[in-house]
Amino acid sequence: MADWQIDLIKVVFIWVWVLLIAVIMTWVERRASAMMQDRLGPNRAGPFGLLQPLADGIKLFTKEDIIPERARKILFILGPPLFAFPVFSAFAVVPFGDKIVIGGKEIILQVSDVSIGFLYVLALSAIAVFGMVIGGWASNSKYSILGGLRATAQLISYEVPMGLALLTIVLLYGTFSLREIVLQQQGTFLGFLPNWGFFKQPLGFLIFLVAAYAEANRVPFDLPECESELVTGYHTEYGSMRLGLYLFGEYVNLVTLAAITVSLYFGGWGLPYVDMSKYLGPVAYGIASFLVFTLKQAFFLFLFVWVRWTVPRFRYDQLMGLGWKALIPLGLINLFVTALLVQLTI
Amino acid sequence: MTKELETICITTGPTEVGEYVTLNIGPIHPAMHGTLRVITQTDGETVVSAKPEIGYLHRGVEKLGEHLTYAQFLPLTDRLNYCSAICNNVAYEMAVEKLLGIEVPPKAQLIRMIMMELARIADHQVCVGILGVDLGALTPFFYLIIQREEIYEIFEWHHGARLTNSMGAIGGVEADLPERFHEKWPRLRDTIRKANDETDKLLTHNRIWMDRTIGVNAFCGDDALDWGFSGPMLRACGVKRDLRKDEPYLMYDKVKFEVPVGKHGDVFDRYMVRMLEMEESIKIIDQAYALYKELPDDAPLMKKVPKIIKPPEGQIYHAIESPNGELGFFIRSDGTDKPYRIKIRPPCYMVYQAFEDLVKGEMISDLIACLSSLNVIAGELDR
Repeated sequence: MADWQIDLIKVVFIWVWVLLIAVIMTWVERRASAMMQDRLGPNRAGPFGLLQPLADGIKLFTKEDIIPERARKILFILGPPLFAFPVFSAFAVVPFGDKIVIGGKEIILQVSDVSIGFLYVLALSAIAVFGMVIGGWASNSKYSILGGLRATAQLISYEVPMGLALLTIVLLYGTFSLREIVLQQQGTFLGFLPNWGFFKQPLGFLIFLVAAYAEANRVPFDLPECESELVTGYHTEYGSMRLGLYLFGEYVNLVTLAAITVSLYFGGWGLPYVDMSKYLGPVAYGIASFLVFTLKQAFFLFLFVWVRWTVPRFRYDQLMGLGWKALIPLGLINLFVTALLVQLTI
Repeated sequence: MTKELETICITTGPTEVGEYVTLNIGPIHPAMHGTLRVITQTDGETVVSAKPEIGYLHRGVEKLGEHLTYAQFLPLTDRLNYCSAICNNVAYEMAVEKLLGIEVPPKAQLIRMIMMELARIADHQVCVGILGVDLGALTPFFYLIIQREEIYEIFEWHHGARLTNSMGAIGGVEADLPERFHEKWPRLRDTIRKANDETDKLLTHNRIWMDRTIGVNAFCGDDALDWGFSGPMLRACGVKRDLRKDEPYLMYDKVKFEVPVGKHGDVFDRYMVRMLEMEESIKIIDQAYALYKELPDDAPLMKKVPKIIKPPEGQIYHAIESPNGELGFFIRSDGTDKPYRIKIRPPCYMVYQAFEDLVKGEMISDLIACLSSLNVIAGELDR
């Protein structure tokens, strides 16, 4: 097989895979929240209600598509895809496994190992916010515009601490490539701790996680939507599959964020203390590394759900306060200390 | 069209175009409980003015009362505060009984007390749960609402209805406590406590919850008295006034209970007062049930009243401590079988008129939190 064919297969595979996880996530969200709230959750469509996301998809596709009369039509139509495309493409740089050898050909389990790595992810997530802002603006509704404005403010406040947290990772590993970073996280340090970013950067991880929640628009940071105040905020006026793109895009965003968290801080596909490649054949190793990665990712996806149904939401100014007064100073201190340590040890 | 616009302008007052945004919240809005409407002017997210507009659920209950006999009016009282309909029923029944000058048998009084306190718990559960929902914490709502369903089960056993109860009649109650109540209550008491405990764990000491509620639209006791606040709203402001203690009716003077009082009158204090009151209500029910047990099984439930009630000429005002505060019925009788005039004093009307003072200068999110914590029930407000 030529390289381009392999790439094509990888692209299609990862596209389907991300979609699948996102679809399952919508189901997990409902069932897990039901579990936490002494309810049953959707259990009619298929076994355990597993076909519920499918039913939802059909419903959203067949609904009437309404564009409000005074909306800015082009921008209104542009909003949802502008949100959904970047979050879909962000997964391209995530290494979802080590490598697999098929027919004597070594295939890296990553769509594209670009040298700018997670800068690409940051850039795309910044573009995705435009989808919300434009959607809120174009709807010509006061609730939507408030949601859009909140999304903008949230982006500015939380991209910075996230960037600061990621900078320390760059300092530590000396590369932007997610694959390189994961490779450097294998093995142990100090004799017993896994060589994970989490153990080297606990504060950085915390900052990154909080910023990731804000990035994903989840409770406690779901201010742009904020159903009880802004009537679902920036997508109040959307219906049919346009709304579906927004809602679904959010879950895809979660999948990507969880994958990046795993890659940066939890050793990606590697198991701590065990080198799987020694015990498994080349094909089995590829599959096993993929499974380990997915399991770690699943944990963080569940964490998203768990937090969402546990805590209340912040107020707008408190959210800003947390970003500017707590996370950014902490991020700067963390960056400074890390830089000092790196300078001293090298 | 122009006429409509005119009325809106009158209700909102002069608008400073270009400076503030007029944001119309309600009557159809997820956070508006029932059909409330608030016309706000906002500077960014800060509320500059908030004019509540009422009347979307006005059904003319008071006027209807003039055309119905005393007994026929009873089901209409259910539709006032539909979260705790029993309290409305009993308040009305007691007002008419006072007018007639009759004393209800002790057993009926105790059953009324038990049912009213159950209704109070149910009402507070809804209020606290909804406050959580509006602040983004959905989970406690379900813990509480499951217990409310159990309480409604008792109502159903006793008088057949769950939400609009129409419990009792003028002169007493129609039925004894249901058989199943005796084994249900001890279990239910524990589960209510457990649900409250879980809610407490999830919310009270949660940093985000504290940030969202402490100091949000704080209100001082003197202002609250001036506005005519009553019930948990007033007690949250630090004024210890509870009609059950101050002007005891039924057998409230025979039971021991505390009156929880807040300090700052902010959303957190209102929440805490309601949480603590649920516990006190449980204590009251326990004591009332003990008193009930002392009575013989065949004690009368109803005082004999004529089939067609014709109170003597005169007027009466009787108020009870409903979950929301002082719920009063003023009845003027002209000696016929229909009241000449009925006036209802709903607690949340007095609270809601202070709404602008409460939320001015705060943010839209606080406005929503404030509205939930007031527990304004549209049915009671508009009547």
